[in-house]
Amino acid sequence: MSHSLIALVGNPNCGKTALFNQLTGSRQKVANYAGVTVERKEGRFTAPSGRVFNLLDLPGAYSLDATSPDEVITRDICLGRMPGEAEPDLIVCVADATNLRLHLRFVLEVKRLGRPMVLALNMMDAARKRGIRIDREELERQLGMDVIETVAIRTGGAKALIEHLDRTVDTQAARPAAIEDDVHAQVRRILAAAVAMPRATSAIDDRIDRVLLHPVFGLAILAVVMFFMFQAVFSWAQPLMDGIANGVTAVGAWVTAMLPDGLLRSLVGDGIFAGLGSVLVFLPQILILFLFILVLEESGYLPRAAFLLDRIMFKAGLTGRSFIPLLSSFACAIPGIMATRSIQDPRDRLTTILVAPLMTCSARLPVYTLLIAAFIPARTVWGLFNLQGVVLFVLYVAGIVGAFAVASFIRFLRKDKSEHALLMELPSYRMPSVRNVAIGLWERALIFLRRVTTIILSVTIILWFLSTFPSPPAGATLPPIDYSFAGRLGHLLEHLFAPIGFNWQISVALIPGMAAREVAVSALGTVYAMSGTEDAVAAQLGHTIAAQWSLATALSLLAWYVFAPQCMSTLAVIRRETNSRRTVAVAAGYLFGLAYLAALVTYQIARVLS
Amino acid sequence: MNLSQLSPFTPAVIDEVESVSGNDPIAKRLRELGFVNGEPVRIVARGPLGADPLLVQIGFTRFALRRAEAQRVRIHLAD
Repeated sequence: MSHSLIALVGNPNCGKTALFNQLTGSRQKVANYAGVTVERKEGRFTAPSGRVFNLLDLPGAYSLDATSPDEVITRDICLGRMPGEAEPDLIVCVADATNLRLHLRFVLEVKRLGRPMVLALNMMDAARKRGIRIDREELERQLGMDVIETVAIRTGGAKALIEHLDRTVDTQAARPAAIEDDVHAQVRRILAAAVAMPRATSAIDDRIDRVLLHPVFGLAILAVVMFFMFQAVFSWAQPLMDGIANGVTAVGAWVTAMLPDGLLRSLVGDGIFAGLGSVLVFLPQILILFLFILVLEESGYLPRAAFLLDRIMFKAGLTGRSFIPLLSSFACAIPGIMATRSIQDPRDRLTTILVAPLMTCSARLPVYTLLIAAFIPARTVWGLFNLQGVVLFVLYVAGIVGAFAVASFIRFLRKDKSEHALLMELPSYRMPSVRNVAIGLWERALIFLRRVTTIILSVTIILWFLSTFPSPPAGATLPPIDYSFAGRLGHLLEHLFAPIGFNWQISVALIPGMAAREVAVSALGTVYAMSGTEDAVAAQLGHTIAAQWSLATALSLLAWYVFAPQCMSTLAVIRRETNSRRTVAVAAGYLFGLAYLAALVTYQIARVLS
Repeated sequence: MNLSQLSPFTPAVIDEVESVSGNDPIAKRLRELGFVNGEPVRIVARGPLGADPLLVQIGFTRFALRRAEAQRVRIHLAD
């Protein structure tokens, strides 16, 4: 029996994705459409009759007269014009019952395509609560299509839709209906005939917005929410991170113990397990941050935050919509860069991608902690603050200021000065649904693991190779890494790095540190010929470098780490998301340039002062 | 007057959206979103800095528009 293909379409914020989750559960496949970075979500469900449906969740669109890559995809698939995609047997158009004036216009536009379709009248619970009465049969007559009520966020809320699809999918044919030229006038008439609304807005939304969007309280609440979120990310994640690190180390030790001593053992232990562990450890922070982001997004708060911050970000050459991706980048730039897909203007999206690596991601923390503990005295300044904490704070601020400066500079350079639109819908407030948040988290965890394990694995294996071969000659006195390709390259780089105060040990460590920032800590340990767990290395290393490096060198290395793109996975994700090697080259080039400049200035000033 | 000059919570009605150039994608999108003749409109919030962007209630929907976008929308006060 052939499977029926159903396409879900609708305006943004119509609850389409919630309906998709309700219908398909976790049986979803997320990928990209060929050649573009528009997310393709497909799922499948079985109706009570045993009939199997394939469901395609098309990107939300305000119009089929497409202005963004998302809308082009939606239009082309509805028309069956998308190469490599089958024409859907039936279009399910989803509309928010509390927002029909806007959504019916799109329904009529889809209807004009002349394809078999039904209307899913979603969020019927919210509509009833607000006293909105909809005459479903009248609506069916006016629109010339079947209209089914759904509540996507409630278990069983799509039952009527499933039954309807099961019954009618084979017999559905496009029904003719007159679509007038003035679609807005037609919508007004349909609403007058079929819908009674006591008032235009939800009274609760009005009251909440008066507080959350208040010029003073609104910003204060946003600051508190952000502070709480970061506090949670760092304090809740720690035990889980320790657990993962120990787990990976234990499994790695168990596996390597079974291997004979030699190259394979070194590859598995120092290459694969060390590499995997260094990345997996960030999963808890990323998931906690995303838990907050998903809950805030589901509730309708994040667009409000974007509204509050739009002006500041616009002045800096960004947009309020950049707020969410940049926020994610504090955990890790990889999900942050992937989240830029929600930015419609391609120029704003590119700028956001280019500055996202400047947000202080959690991989920088091991390096910052090592250097701060070794060089910055823990004394109290201005009677209130710990100097070590102040330095860490300055490093965070330097990243943010750097991002704003770079974004302004990009705007200054850009030839296309035409206006950037905001035009952002602020949806109604909603209770976040546990199911949607859980599915969202699951999806993000999978994407992160899949991308990062493949990229990190290949990169760590290459770097392992570079730091292992050629092996030291017989009777060698220096640490083995010194004789390897990485060691030789490090010695070459030493000349380049001398003006910014890096000695050859740092130069060598920066090479394996390209895999991920925190790898530089263990690489320094290797160069100084230490062995043991990462914590033990860090503790010994602190003493060694405090004795051997000048303060100017340490500050210079900190400044370097604020900017340097010491993360292959980030560069790989930029490549994937922009489909352009040139953008990757620009990003890597400017970040290394800034890092060198910042380190040079820091080193020279610190040397003069001390 | 245009929408960027409207005081908060003052009811007004849209006359039309003016294009600032021959092919103005922002004006076109505003019309698609329902900024058309005869539609009641209201400002319900303003951004904390420079009173920008504006939060506009139109029909049952709220849109955040920057001032430059709102300037395209010609309106008159409701009676």
